[in-house]
Amino acid sequence: MNINYTPEELAFRDDVRAFLDQALPADISAKVKGFRHLTKEDHQRWQQILCKQGWYATHWPEEYGGVKWTPVQKHIWDEESCQYGVPRSVPFGVNMVAPVIIKFGNEKQKQTYLPRILSGEDWWCQGYSEPGAGSDLASLKARAVREGDHYIVNGQKTWTTLGQHANMIFCLVRTNTEVKAQEGISFLLIDMNTPGITVRPIITLDGEHEVNEVFFQDVKVPVENRVGEEDKGWTYAKFLLTYERTGLAGIGLSKAALSHLKQLASRCIKNGRPLIEDTSFSQRIARVEIDLTAATISNLRIIAAVEGGGMPGAESSMLKVKGTEIRQAINDLARRAIGPYAIPFAEEELNLDYEGEFLSDENAAPLSAQYFNNRKLSIFGGSNEIQKNIVSKMILGL
Amino acid sequence: MDFGLNEEQQMLQDTVARLVRGEYSFEKRLAYSETEAGFSVDFWKQLSELGLTSVPFSEELGGFGGGGVEVQSVMTELGRGLCLEPYLQSVVFGGGLISQAGNDSQKDVWLSGIASGELRAAVALQEPQSFYDLNDVQTHAEKKDGGFVLNGRKAVVIGGHCADLIVVSARTSGGTRDTNGISLFVLKPDTAGIERRVYPTIDGSKGCDITLNNVHVGADALLGEEGSASEVIDYQAGRAIAALCAEAVGVMEVANELTLDYLKQRKQFGVPIGKFQVLQHRMVDMMSELEQARSMAILAASVADEEQSDERRRALSAAKNVIGRSGQFISEQGIQSHGGIGMTWEYNFAHYAKRLIMINHQLGDDDFHLERYAFLLQAS
Ligand SMILES: Cc1cc2nc3c(=O)[nH]c(=O)nc-3n(C[C@H](O)[C@H](O)[C@H](O)COP(=O)(O)OP(=O)(O)OC[C@H]3O[C@@H](n4cnc5c(N)ncnc54)[C@H](O)[C@@H]3O)c2cc1C
Repeated sequence: MNINYTPEELAFRDDVRAFLDQALPADISAKVKGFRHLTKEDHQRWQQILCKQGWYATHWPEEYGGVKWTPVQKHIWDEESCQYGVPRSVPFGVNMVAPVIIKFGNEKQKQTYLPRILSGEDWWCQGYSEPGAGSDLASLKARAVREGDHYIVNGQKTWTTLGQHANMIFCLVRTNTEVKAQEGISFLLIDMNTPGITVRPIITLDGEHEVNEVFFQDVKVPVENRVGEEDKGWTYAKFLLTYERTGLAGIGLSKAALSHLKQLASRCIKNGRPLIEDTSFSQRIARVEIDLTAATISNLRIIAAVEGGGMPGAESSMLKVKGTEIRQAINDLARRAIGPYAIPFAEEELNLDYEGEFLSDENAAPLSAQYFNNRKLSIFGGSNEIQKNIVSKMILGL
Repeated sequence: MDFGLNEEQQMLQDTVARLVRGEYSFEKRLAYSETEAGFSVDFWKQLSELGLTSVPFSEELGGFGGGGVEVQSVMTELGRGLCLEPYLQSVVFGGGLISQAGNDSQKDVWLSGIASGELRAAVALQEPQSFYDLNDVQTHAEKKDGGFVLNGRKAVVIGGHCADLIVVSARTSGGTRDTNGISLFVLKPDTAGIERRVYPTIDGSKGCDITLNNVHVGADALLGEEGSASEVIDYQAGRAIAALCAEAVGVMEVANELTLDYLKQRKQFGVPIGKFQVLQHRMVDMMSELEQARSMAILAASVADEEQSDERRRALSAAKNVIGRSGQFISEQGIQSHGGIGMTWEYNFAHYAKRLIMINHQLGDDDFHLERYAFLLQAS
């Protein structure tokens, strides 16, 4: 047994660091580290830089412009990029729909969509959930009725993350109502500019516009935009979910959040001393750091198993639950660290150009909002309860 | 033993409940929150017309002569409505400080105004470095020309953006965290040298930080004896803690009702999600947490007006600790039980959840009160 990186992996890490030192724009990294808002343009600018380096499509085969990283290399990238304050990649195009197109799409679809994902020309969003179909995704109702070489789509999708920026949406739609729920679903690629599509913002509890409702009224979608076979979409959807769930544990993000918390606790004052010297608070930090260490090793064990040819199974569900709990616990501590300053919501301080005095620590303004926003971590991507159901079925046989 | 309210107390609670139910829909609350005041001035007027702003004050001052239990009745219902009016700040805390420490003429001018609802008070006792320790005061007041000159900064003064009076703590002697040497002053916010940075709070209300820059006040601004405000603050913070606990119980009641309704109504996999045992048990835990919180709010209300003692302090810290923990539990588990809907601005649950977490940041969070309790335990 050897739980350390190999010399090659360490060399790779040095490469990653050298690249980030040189290529990551300071303004973007400052926004990420200060939890400021990123614009669509910020995301796209960074994507261009990554693409130029050839490091954008880490889940794709090389022949389509992907980069052939081992699972350990991907992990190293994840950790380093979080520490450096790299914008979280918006996964819907590059990490979700692209692997589906590569595996199940036809040649024309590959040639049309993959280059446009790489170039940033298309911004994708995910149209799975519906108001009545959340955890029970297979109960979805959005209907696609075939008329010649088109489908006519009617229905509603919801919770579409960053759909306001998107020009493309991949959707699960019902094409057959006569069969079992899972068997009559198709996977469609839909241009958001098609007449009949309306996007309405959903504002989350922190006042943020991050998710949307998308309405479809008699939307004409060419049959050639269907991936794979009609009525077989559930298979592709599930394949995509395996990609969605890897990485949901957010170990790299937790590490970055933890080092931010420690810096914060060294600056915040309690009883005239830095909060980090306060026994009960430092024990709270210690505990979450220890939990994070355990999750990191668990993560590496999964990665090593995948590298050895195994498939991540129930372990990644367990890791999703633990990982999200840990991240939420870190957010909780960061909010506690600023004491009464958790109450004000001085939004102007979230602006990178803000030049006034900060109410408390300069990174304090977003902390409560972030705590509330990250309640989502245990809800989306298959809620933590659903992950536990998976584990109990898959490995416990209950 | 009787945990019920007497007839008068019940009537009081029913009055507030009726008023809140009639006037404070969730939609209206969102709209009030957006106004410059951050609450409904009209609702405040109605509270005062019904005599509710005078509940805790003695009958000589035109009050209702109510104690902890009466305040509890009012605050619980205001909590249920997620009401934004500065009842805690003005009536309970600000009014409390003035009624305990003020001289006759101060009471005459200020307290009667607070009781009638014509004046609104806010309290400015925290500072950027003080965390939750109200004895950690750096702001200082120097004697000058028969009055005082104040310099310093006060942090997170909820309701301070639109108060007519601000009760400020400042050091007239002693070191930063000494118990002795703290004095209270009543300031008018338009006094030269007072600057307010106003902000919304994450739970929908408004507050400010206050900078005091050579603020000259007369001797009549001094509230109570010079240098010995610590006890008064400690005592009145205790009453405010009891009131906050009562508010939290009201918030939790609604949070639980909403969650339970949702479990019965939301269907996934062909059944109401309340059929899933994990959600049933969680709901039971949420109800049990509420029961614990309710018990502690009752305890807090019952000791609120007792003479100061370590026992009173312990009871109040215990109550605030339980309220902080149960509030966080109900907030987080309630959001989780709702799924995505629980995260949205348009649905009221999220706002109940936010208020519960923020109550924990007022007058000491659960960690702070756990430490205080442990300290008192060792001292006894
Ligand atoms: C911020 C955010 C972003 C999102 N982004 C996207 C997106 O881009 N695209 C997209 O398609 N979707 C997205 N989602 C939707 C997300 O996947 C769903 O919210 C999630 O699947 C849960 O569904 P629901 O919200 O309808 O909750 P429900 O399914 O109604 O669940 C409510 C509660 O019941 C529990 N529950 C349900 N069934 C069971 C069971 N069988 N056993 C035990 N407990 C159960 C859940 O765990 C939860 O606690 C997003 C959600 C959020 C909050």
